[in-house]
Amino acid sequence: MIRGTIKVDTEICKGCELCITACPQKSLGLSNNINSHGFKYVELIQDNCTGCINCALVCPDSAITVYRQSKNSIKQNKKVTV
Amino acid sequence: MINKCEIEDLELVYEKPKTLTDTPMHYCPGCGHGVINKLIMEVIDELKIQDKTVGVAPVGCAVFEYRYMDIDMIEAPHGRASAVATGVKRVNPDKYVFSYQGDGDLAAIGTSETIHTVNRGENILMLFINNAIYGMTGGQMAPTTLIGQKTSTSPFGRSVKNNGFPLNITELISKLDGAFYVTRHSVHKPNSVRKLKKAIQKSFEYQKENKGTCFIEVISNCPAGWGMTPLKSNEWLEENLIPKYPLGDIKVPTKN
Repeated sequence: MIRGTIKVDTEICKGCELCITACPQKSLGLSNNINSHGFKYVELIQDNCTGCINCALVCPDSAITVYRQSKNSIKQNKKVTV
Repeated sequence: MINKCEIEDLELVYEKPKTLTDTPMHYCPGCGHGVINKLIMEVIDELKIQDKTVGVAPVGCAVFEYRYMDIDMIEAPHGRASAVATGVKRVNPDKYVFSYQGDGDLAAIGTSETIHTVNRGENILMLFINNAIYGMTGGQMAPTTLIGQKTSTSPFGRSVKNNGFPLNITELISKLDGAFYVTRHSVHKPNSVRKLKKAIQKSFEYQKENKGTCFIEVISNCPAGWGMTPLKSNEWLEENLIPKYPLGDIKVPTKN
């Protein structure tokens, strides 16, 4: 499986949960913590992210940056710790 | 939370476009405006036309758009964004010009400006964000409000007898000769976001070739105005708004 991960800008995230339903792997969830504006923010709750960028596309506040396993490491069958 | 990652094995596949500023957006949580602003800037980033683009901001929820877009922007009076964009394009024919308006702005107070701009075939891109409500002023009834939809000025639902039928302005202007490319999209699903991005990209390319007016309607949600959570509002949009305003191309350029 191709592995990926996301980084969420927790100060910008407003916790609208649109990315949670957009994620085909169901790897996102709301955190129990809140940011300085009083919003719960999104975080990875499972390590099965594939880096498909669906969450980032529907994010209205552009809070998500997506990374994916590089093509070279897929060819060499390297294991990536995410 | 899972936060371990080895960055040397991972490559960046998606980040916020560089032409979008770091200012936090003032839009309500889950509002579609943020996605559309981001898509415009992504396209401008990819076409590398940041210094050649002039945007015209509306009156409405997107009134502070110029804070987020790192391009030349003008703030137009209510409903007159397409007229202002006409002036900009005529003085600077080599610039890419787009106007960005909501439904209260473009379809109510600015109906005549919209129709005449398209009828003249001005070489601009007009973006029309339709959420069937006046979002900024407190959820009043707009011309595009559906029959039976409850708003703060139609608490028992819009009735045909009192308020008439919803105005389908995109179909209306697609009949005008000046319109070159007329299409309707939404931003409620990842796939529809991808389609909208392609449509914006195409419109900027047509503008480069001086083809005529490109008009993109985007069906968007208004969680605060409709009184729903962002997820519920997207479901409501799919069940009610999309049957009335079907997605897809309405006028496509003929090949010759």
